[in-house]
Amino acid sequence: MTNTWQDIKNANVVLVMGGNAAEAHPCGFKWVIEAKIENKAKLVVVDPRFTRTASVADIYAPIRPGTDIAFLSGVIRYLLENDAIQHDYVRAYTNASLIVKDGFAFEDGLFSGYNEEKRSYDKSTWDYELDEQGYAKVDDTWQHPRCVMNLLKKHIDRYTPEMVSRICGTPQDKYLEICKLIATTAEPAKALTSLFALGWTQHSIGAQNIRTMAMVQLLLGNIGVAGGGMNALRGHSNIQGLTDIGLLSASLPGYMNMPKDGEVTFDKYMETKLFKPLRPGQTSFWQNYRKFFVSFQKAMFGAAAKAENDWAYDWLPKLDVDGYDILRAFEMMNNGQMNGYICQGFNPMQAFPDRGKIRRGLSKLKYLVVMDPLDTETANFWQDYGPQNPSKPEDIQTEVFQLPTTCFAEENGTLVNSARWLQWHWKAADAPGQAKTDLWIIAGLYNRMKTMYAREGGAFPDALLNLTWNYADPHEPEPEEVSKEMNGRALADVADPATGAPLLKAGQQLDAFAQLRDDGTTMSGCWIFAGSFTDKGNMTARRDASDPREAGIAPNWAWAWPANRRILYNRASANPEGKAWNPGKPVIEWNGSKWVGVDVPDYGPTVKPSDGVGPFIMNAEGVGRLFARTMMNEGPFPEHYEPFESPSENVLHPKVKSNPAARVFASDRAQMGVSSDFPYVGTTYRLTEHFHYWTKHALINAILQPEEFVEIGEVLAKEKGIEQGAWVKVSSKRGQVICKAFVTKRIKPLMVDGKPTHVIGCPIHWGFTGVARKGYGANTLTPSVGDANTNTPEFKAFLLNIEKTSPPPAIDVAQGPRNGPQKKGGSL
Amino acid sequence: MDLSRRGFIKLTGAGLAASSLGALGFGLAGTALAASVRPFKLTAATETRNTCTYCSVACGILIYSQGDRAKNVRSSVIHIEGDPDHPVNRGTLCPKGAGLLDIVRAPGRLTVPKYRAAGATEWTEVSWDFALDRVATLMKQDRDANFIAKNVAGTTVNRWTSTGMLAASAASNEAAYVTFKWARSLGMVTFDNQARV
Repeated sequence: MTNTWQDIKNANVVLVMGGNAAEAHPCGFKWVIEAKIENKAKLVVVDPRFTRTASVADIYAPIRPGTDIAFLSGVIRYLLENDAIQHDYVRAYTNASLIVKDGFAFEDGLFSGYNEEKRSYDKSTWDYELDEQGYAKVDDTWQHPRCVMNLLKKHIDRYTPEMVSRICGTPQDKYLEICKLIATTAEPAKALTSLFALGWTQHSIGAQNIRTMAMVQLLLGNIGVAGGGMNALRGHSNIQGLTDIGLLSASLPGYMNMPKDGEVTFDKYMETKLFKPLRPGQTSFWQNYRKFFVSFQKAMFGAAAKAENDWAYDWLPKLDVDGYDILRAFEMMNNGQMNGYICQGFNPMQAFPDRGKIRRGLSKLKYLVVMDPLDTETANFWQDYGPQNPSKPEDIQTEVFQLPTTCFAEENGTLVNSARWLQWHWKAADAPGQAKTDLWIIAGLYNRMKTMYAREGGAFPDALLNLTWNYADPHEPEPEEVSKEMNGRALADVADPATGAPLLKAGQQLDAFAQLRDDGTTMSGCWIFAGSFTDKGNMTARRDASDPREAGIAPNWAWAWPANRRILYNRASANPEGKAWNPGKPVIEWNGSKWVGVDVPDYGPTVKPSDGVGPFIMNAEGVGRLFARTMMNEGPFPEHYEPFESPSENVLHPKVKSNPAARVFASDRAQMGVSSDFPYVGTTYRLTEHFHYWTKHALINAILQPEEFVEIGEVLAKEKGIEQGAWVKVSSKRGQVICKAFVTKRIKPLMVDGKPTHVIGCPIHWGFTGVARKGYGANTLTPSVGDANTNTPEFKAFLLNIEKTSPPPAIDVAQGPRNGPQKKGGSL
Repeated sequence: MDLSRRGFIKLTGAGLAASSLGALGFGLAGTALAASVRPFKLTAATETRNTCTYCSVACGILIYSQGDRAKNVRSSVIHIEGDPDHPVNRGTLCPKGAGLLDIVRAPGRLTVPKYRAAGATEWTEVSWDFALDRVATLMKQDRDANFIAKNVAGTTVNRWTSTGMLAASAASNEAAYVTFKWARSLGMVTFDNQARV
């Protein structure tokens, strides 16, 4: 989220598209209701199903899964055609005026530079034309045919209301009503907030879904302001934190990148990191990358990281591919290229696409280690649970370890919420039985391996043997110690580079990332957390809920990265002269000598408005990007591509149907179905009574939603002779689910390109462990293909068939494996 | 006066029994009645501030546990409710969060390390030492056999692709960071979290 949960109340229009906040984030959604009541806000919901969010909307429109880019590109076209953009904002704070290189082109669904064999682009034309000083050329009058504004107009011109309706199945009148309402927030004092979740990310074009909306928000002047922003409602209690700390294949802490094979030296690695400003006088924040990186290496390797060994650069692994993401990992497993796998609080048997492939992959491992508070399907993949998990254990040679861990109630530490707040939580109880903390378990493995490598040697032991591990108890680091390590401290006395005045004493905790150095005199495990645990104490444990002017900031409750800033890009909440666009809800303003307001400025605190430094200081051009340059793999502008399994042609360019830059493994492509066999559109979703695959272990939630079902509309039910509660067989090319049908008025057929298109909703929550009835899991059906940038799997749009079937024998819905002793049967 | 929420309940509870009954003229009988009323279960509980383990709204919660945290007392959770002081949820919880007690005390909570040997049809309960020794040994064997120190071009790459890890989505930052350090120092690259799903 760029903004906070409470800040939603400041919006004039709330758009929920690509999410269902009322059911998935109910306590956050209360702020939407607050906006409706207190700020007279209008709520717009666009979703394939009439959800509970839709039930309180002012306008609801249905949409075919996987067509959001077409819808939103149409919105952009409407805004430009009706001149409903915030002109001063767009001119000063976006790259609308910047001129793109000659040679950039878009034709028949492909941008310039496509290589069909590699399924990727040479992106060299996707950039600005530079002047002699290396700055991007600008045409403030928007006359130049290759300024971003004119290229954008040309690109989105095809998305007429007729075309949007033809692709999305959304009735034109509803669509235009929504365009009109969105356009009202182009007024400088008005704001729209975009709330989205997996409904946008889980597509082969997921990242571009979000980008298209970000472009709408830039055109409306809604980024950086109160009640605005792009607000990704994240799904897990600390998935933001795990991402911040870089537990992703291609990441390092604080959104730094893992080295690649081609970056043979530290200097070579740094070449692509220090963004040179693309506009005169621009601040480019990543110019400090070297300080973040050297301080990180000092945190990892202490004294062993020094200038002479390039700060131990070679001790980090290098990547030979874009990333070893989850889809690649299971492809490798199926190909016999992996031997071991560790699942820490993660249940891929339920969470990853094409469950059959996941099960086959795990069966080929030599060893599998599962750390979890709960008994998961992954840990039990080798057991025979009948049709929901058929298996012959004696044929599976995988050694499996199930290690019991503590849960949230049994440990201290910080979690990062969707609004980037680090909130400390305190241990309330002891763990059951012999369950241990993750810190204890990982320390146990680390200490054992370190001892073995020190004693016996082995492959490249240097990084492991020199890893910093100076915790009071090396067998179980205290969360406070680790939190301080992520914050960082001075390793020697540090002086102000300008005045020479002493700034930090050796050993002192850092107050802010601005104090980081690239000469080895500071360390910080995760630079964006600098300031969270200072010599003043643990800032994340602060619990002062006061909120000046009730702005929705609560600046002294916990601590937000970066620098306790609550609204990102908040310099853009004020006009170029430094006055708030919305005088009723200012965030920061220029008082003649500095920036002041309810939030920490996302800007140089004393940089004068007249200096003309752009507000988007993480970007080399200082402005928001309507043209993404080379940042996205499938193009600098978003384009509608059909899901990999789709019942429709791509009516814009039939030859390029789906994302041309998405990576598809041949084995997965062979498992894709076609609409003649699987005529209906499947989409997965979550119920308000369940959290993923955990709450089927919680009795109250298992009682509320005890068994697996799919949701279908009345028209399809009638066509297929399926009555309410009937047993159905739902199938894709990859597998089948036998469950009950829930027939509702919430899903209606959509007219797509003149054909009625039916959607089948597949809630995801059941498996074969827990206290709810056994289920197959919706991932039995889903395809193994991901977004071209993130490889997030396409769970929201795929092809299905559905047939009525006879009820299964009772044992198929009861619990317990068939091998070994039978457990007590299903209790519900 | 530093009045905790629990202290407040105690005070008002006692005050109610002493004053309102007394004011109604029951006198000594009122005192006897008050003594026979079962005290609020929460007045004897320890209150702890925590965060809901489910979605990323991160609602503040109050966990009530039995046991006063004395050295030999094992504490257990008896009640969980929304934290009324939390600026986002202001005391409310959703259908998932309101059932948190049932996940803490779920029958599926694991209590003992277990091991399943190759081809076995059942779990075996094992000691932590057995489990961690065996996992560390398997990891070292695989790493030593398959570690890639240099690529074909001769560049130092120091990566290990044949063992991978999925990191937790509800573990704390502190657990995450220690996990990161350990995994990356081994050269692990097949390393991901739940952000994608």
